[in-house]
Amino acid sequence: MSHWIILPILLPAITAPLLALAVRHDIVLARTFSLASSLLMLMLALFLLSQASDGTILKYHLGNWPAPFGIVLALDRLSAMMLLLNALLGLLVLLYAMGGWDKRGLHFHPMFQFLLMGINGAFLTGDLFNLFVFFEVLLIASYGLMVHGGGALRLRSGVQYVVINLIGSSIFLIAVGLIYSVTGTLNMADLALKVAAVQPGDQALLHTGALLLLLVFCIKAALVPVQFWLPATYANAPAPIAALFAIMTKVGAYAIIRVYTLIFGASAGAESWIAGSWLVPAALVTLALGAMGVLAARSLGQLVSFAVIMSMGTLLTAVGLFTPQSMSAALYYLLHSTLAAGAMFLVVDLVVQRRAQHGDLLQPAPSFAQISLIGGCFFVAAIAMTGMPPLSGFIAKLQILNSVRHADAAVWIWALLLTGSLLSILGFARAGSLLFWKSTAVNGELKPGRRSGTLPLVALGLVFGSLLLLTIFAGPVNHYLEQTAAQLFAPQGYIDAVLATEGVR
Amino acid sequence: MLTMELLVATTIGTLTTAAIYLLQRARTFPVILGLALLSYATNVFLFAMGRLTINAPPLISADASRYTDPLPQALVLTAIVISFGMTAVIVVMALRAWLESGNDHVDLESQPNIDEGDGE
Repeated sequence: MSHWIILPILLPAITAPLLALAVRHDIVLARTFSLASSLLMLMLALFLLSQASDGTILKYHLGNWPAPFGIVLALDRLSAMMLLLNALLGLLVLLYAMGGWDKRGLHFHPMFQFLLMGINGAFLTGDLFNLFVFFEVLLIASYGLMVHGGGALRLRSGVQYVVINLIGSSIFLIAVGLIYSVTGTLNMADLALKVAAVQPGDQALLHTGALLLLLVFCIKAALVPVQFWLPATYANAPAPIAALFAIMTKVGAYAIIRVYTLIFGASAGAESWIAGSWLVPAALVTLALGAMGVLAARSLGQLVSFAVIMSMGTLLTAVGLFTPQSMSAALYYLLHSTLAAGAMFLVVDLVVQRRAQHGDLLQPAPSFAQISLIGGCFFVAAIAMTGMPPLSGFIAKLQILNSVRHADAAVWIWALLLTGSLLSILGFARAGSLLFWKSTAVNGELKPGRRSGTLPLVALGLVFGSLLLLTIFAGPVNHYLEQTAAQLFAPQGYIDAVLATEGVR
Repeated sequence: MLTMELLVATTIGTLTTAAIYLLQRARTFPVILGLALLSYATNVFLFAMGRLTINAPPLISADASRYTDPLPQALVLTAIVISFGMTAVIVVMALRAWLESGNDHVDLESQPNIDEGDGE
């Protein structure tokens, strides 16, 4: 039993109340503590990655109650990778927010840490009900952050966001109840053993529970037909928060990968691989809808939101095939698209800050300060987002295309993915030329905008740096991801590790 | 026993039906009421998933011959606390949204994202 793996939950859980209670009036101290905690988290995530990279599965029994009776945390290659991604994106977004966003309302830093805690918990937990609890932790923090800074439009889109997620939580509970009623357990490893032994008469209940659970995760991952909440939420959230939300859709994707390979995977009897036949068509429609949204968007925030929807469609198409090769490609795309979407939302904020009364509306406006620098940033982020060479998005899409060649729906996937990419390139090119090139043809004055220091630009540069590293080290990263996919498709190791009792004292 | 199952099942059904109807309203107040009803229905449903057992203790006792399943009861307790907290959050947010925008419609009119101030 390793005590290290509860630290990604404990560290923000200690930092957040400290920030909320002790240093709430002192922004400098709050920033110091928040930054120190995030730095520690990054180091911790690196250490845990090194622990998990040899294929061992670490576990932690809370209160020393043996699984499946107590709550258990488990760390495998996938969890370790997601923790690192969350820690990295969290740190960079925090750096960006220190450029001024964190002073626009109360309690930015505590809520930020609680959000990181909820996300880390969701990646670590080995229990379905505990997953629900961590979803609620991250959601309630995200509600607060979503309306950070206030404003009527932001509040009203915040209310929509909360309503959707409360409905999602109720469906989650119903699904958990259905699964518990026929299996008598909620521990994921234990469920993996028990779903195959469910009585034929109870099969319909289990099937309903499993598909309702998929619906909940699809709401989080913004898949058609439950994607409609995302553009309003992401386009109206504060920019650094929208950038961090890029990983929240991936929490839904992570939950789909975890539950539908471990519990409803090869050993699930009649329920084997039930997610695939629903996921692939839904994800392909998502991809098409996202691409159309990118073309039709009237503001930059909307455009990036639809690009995120499109990337979720791409990701879950590859996940939904449930083959080791496509899973490894999907995981690489997951890493890439999270960072790319994060970078893109930060660029949107830099543009909005400088265009004053024109905001992020896609219409020609007079030239603004640092236009060539911001235009360059937009260019790099757009290359990443649309998956063009030389950045990692190109490698990711190439791998996905290669891994789906033998699938039944290969023709559809190739056609939609390639057409979608073309449409999104067109959409981003149009937006870029409107915002940056046409500004020289417009006369007039902009109201003086808000000036922020160099810290936001440094943070954005670091996100680009991470993308560059992901591209340069694509070989080693892919080697790790192939092993991760192999581990996911051989869940017996996970089950044995979690349910073993010799580690419990 | 059958009558109780019928009663619980119709209660859950009625609550859910009312909740789904209210969730489709265009103003925040009925939507929040709908969410509250939905969470009640979910809680009763979750409770019933441990099977309906009468006159049996959930925890070990010396003179008990049979037990009721304690786990759904613990789950419901957690779910009640969470849904109560979430309802409080959305009431406050809906009130703020109403005060700031002057009406309580849930739909959004499209507006550009303009930098509204700095707080520096």
